[in-house]
Amino acid sequence: MFAYCSDPSQLDGLTWLSCYLTTGKHFDFYWSFVTVLTLLAVTAPAALAFGFAGAMAARAPFLPLRVIGKTYTAMVRGIPDIIFFLFFVIALDQGIEWIMHQVRCPDWSEPIRQGLEFRVCPEAKVPHGSAPQSVHRIYGAGLAVFTFALVFGAFVANVLSGAMAAVPRAQLETGESYGMSQGQVFRRILVPQMWVYALPGLSNLWMILLKATPLLFLLGVQDVVYWARELGGAKTSAFEYPHPDWRLWYFLVLLVFYLAMTKVSEIFLTRLQRRLSHGQATADGEAQRRAAA
Amino acid sequence: MKTMLIATALMALTAGAGLSQTVRMGTEGAYPPYNFINDAGEVDGFERELGDKLCEMTEMTCEWVTTDWDSIIPNLQSGNYDTIIAGMSITDERMQVIDFTQDYFPATESAYMALNDGVDITSAVIAAQTGTIQASHVAEGGATLLEFATPDETVAAVRNGEADAVFADKDYLAPIAAESGGQLVMLDADVQLGGGIGMGLRKSDTELKAKFDDAITAMKADGSLNEMITKWFGADAVTF
Amino acid sequence: MTMTCWETVNAYAFRALGHGERLLPREDFTLCQQFSLIGSGMIWNVYFGLLALLAGFFLATAVALGKNAASPWLRKPCEWFIFLFRGSPLFIQFFLAYEALVLLPRAGIEIFGLTVQTSWLSRAWAGALIVLFLNTAAYTAEIFHGALRSIPKGDLEAADAYGLTGWAKFRRIQWPTMLRLAWPAYTNEAIFLFHATTLVFFSGFPAFQQRGDALYYAKYFVDKTFNPFVPYPIVAFYFILLTLGLIWIFGRINARLNRHLPANTRVRLRLRPQIIR
Repeated sequence: MFAYCSDPSQLDGLTWLSCYLTTGKHFDFYWSFVTVLTLLAVTAPAALAFGFAGAMAARAPFLPLRVIGKTYTAMVRGIPDIIFFLFFVIALDQGIEWIMHQVRCPDWSEPIRQGLEFRVCPEAKVPHGSAPQSVHRIYGAGLAVFTFALVFGAFVANVLSGAMAAVPRAQLETGESYGMSQGQVFRRILVPQMWVYALPGLSNLWMILLKATPLLFLLGVQDVVYWARELGGAKTSAFEYPHPDWRLWYFLVLLVFYLAMTKVSEIFLTRLQRRLSHGQATADGEAQRRAAA
Repeated sequence: MKTMLIATALMALTAGAGLSQTVRMGTEGAYPPYNFINDAGEVDGFERELGDKLCEMTEMTCEWVTTDWDSIIPNLQSGNYDTIIAGMSITDERMQVIDFTQDYFPATESAYMALNDGVDITSAVIAAQTGTIQASHVAEGGATLLEFATPDETVAAVRNGEADAVFADKDYLAPIAAESGGQLVMLDADVQLGGGIGMGLRKSDTELKAKFDDAITAMKADGSLNEMITKWFGADAVTF
Repeated sequence: MTMTCWETVNAYAFRALGHGERLLPREDFTLCQQFSLIGSGMIWNVYFGLLALLAGFFLATAVALGKNAASPWLRKPCEWFIFLFRGSPLFIQFFLAYEALVLLPRAGIEIFGLTVQTSWLSRAWAGALIVLFLNTAAYTAEIFHGALRSIPKGDLEAADAYGLTGWAKFRRIQWPTMLRLAWPAYTNEAIFLFHATTLVFFSGFPAFQQRGDALYYAKYFVDKTFNPFVPYPIVAFYFILLTLGLIWIFGRINARLNRHLPANTRVRLRLRPQIIR
């Protein structure tokens, strides 16, 4: 980074520290915060979509769909997320390649499963074996986002079905008496009103999602925890910047990061709750109306 | 005899040449000096240099991938990379599910490191990394096994007194003891475990295995492998 | 030497506590072995979950009342405690706690001439339990605090009218109502606390003499068989059973808490993930 960093063994004190903190590895660490935030930004809406679909399925009039919706939420909630992550990503990866194999290599004669080995034709590899490392990284992150969204979608589905049930029945009946169809009632009355009931549950989920990001490493994403461990571990003179075990300091940095993220989220979500409550038939909405009057 | 071997090896190499094939090399990146992430954030170490050299000889393009130790074999079988080159000892247990090339590093000695040399390793609390041959060895003996997820933590456990000694590859521990300023000492109780370190491959990848085997043979024959071992592990290291 | 399944169960059912066969299975890796040993590990998951939940319940009540207090001297520390434990990932709490606990002097601490042993604190059974206890107390306190604030005004006014004050008012009016209102969310907290116990040996504390929880043994089998598709689903199976059991027990308690209410106004045990980590 700096010109004077060319020979770290000659440095000491703050100069050493300034060079140490600007190594390529440290920049990977700093970038990993961006990665985590990006993944969060992608995962949250994806989980919301999964949850919405799950909640809709759970209240569908068509029985098989209802069973699927309810099984999905019940199953994922019964299993600790960490266990789910440990085998699901490999299963998902193999599932995708199995489908690609059926599509692209219908004439392939060798068995796909050879003992524990999973072998599809080269054309069916996702991403292709010769693809650059960045493509593999993005694919890996994609799998991670999908898995996270699936797990958290189950929780979101729970919150949303609760919220849908909480919208006063009279509101829906009023819609019906105006001659709206079931779809119209759902879109125009139910969905706009359910958010205020769903928000407390969803805010909690956001906080949980935030604190679940250390599990990203299990899914093969090099996240903040991976780098904190890697950088903090004791370094012998095989490295340019030898130092004793500094994991404590790196983990304290992570602690501050997570606490700060929690604080910011709390402030934002409280504001959102107040905005959403405006004009709603809830105690909070009523309080706002009185204050304004 | 020797020259003939090299000649056959070279012939095998050139025969396989042509379109450059991409091989994804899977490693842990947390086990210096075998493999580690250097200050620039790249995979470095003995195995990085060796792997790159082997790829150059076999005229293949190599991509380096890091993964954690626990899932390193399932991910190989699932096809997320094509080789494991991560200081993995050749054992019967592993041979049942994957194939190994011939060893590129002689059977290593595992050693104990402790705060003082008065530790009785037959009854003490010994720290080891989960899922290593050293952990199995301690579990089968009379000592009490204390398992950690990473090598770093095993050493930390000895420093803070949680464990009486740590049991790991000698090559990993020796530099740590040497640089501890007398705080940590190596015990005089080395054990030979495993059958050398080899590159792990899927059982079905026989062609790839043959290519790497030939390249390793060539490097053993011309002495370049020994040179590389001495470079990374010091002049006292066991060579071929 | 091949063992029948019953012998295997006998050999490994209490391996997690250090009883039975000293060495873990090294061959065959039958389903019977996997179910026995992983089931044995569940003892620790239940141990951590149950004790942390019981102890956490009382601390949570105290902290919730503290957060509800008018005096900032009482309120602020309670708010910080809740923020610290709810605002950071559990595994960082485990790491920091472990680092702190191993710093305690090995030889013990001298207090009033007595030597208090401290080395057991860095063992999982004590250290991890303390972290889980504080963690669940913080989450539960937040739930209880929310419930305290939603006690109907009329109930409190009625208590005043009957001349109930102080401890009597709390024990007979506030506390039962708080529990009743908080119960559905508290059920979730209990479920997710049990889920969180899988992190103890995974990223927190070292396993001593290969005595670990369900996930620890599942990882052992994955390590030996290189096949993640059998041991992990077994853990999942045990946890689904555990979760169903919890839901049943908490449902019974919920029914009891609501027994005085007319059927249509009961707080239904709707499982919403109000609080998890």
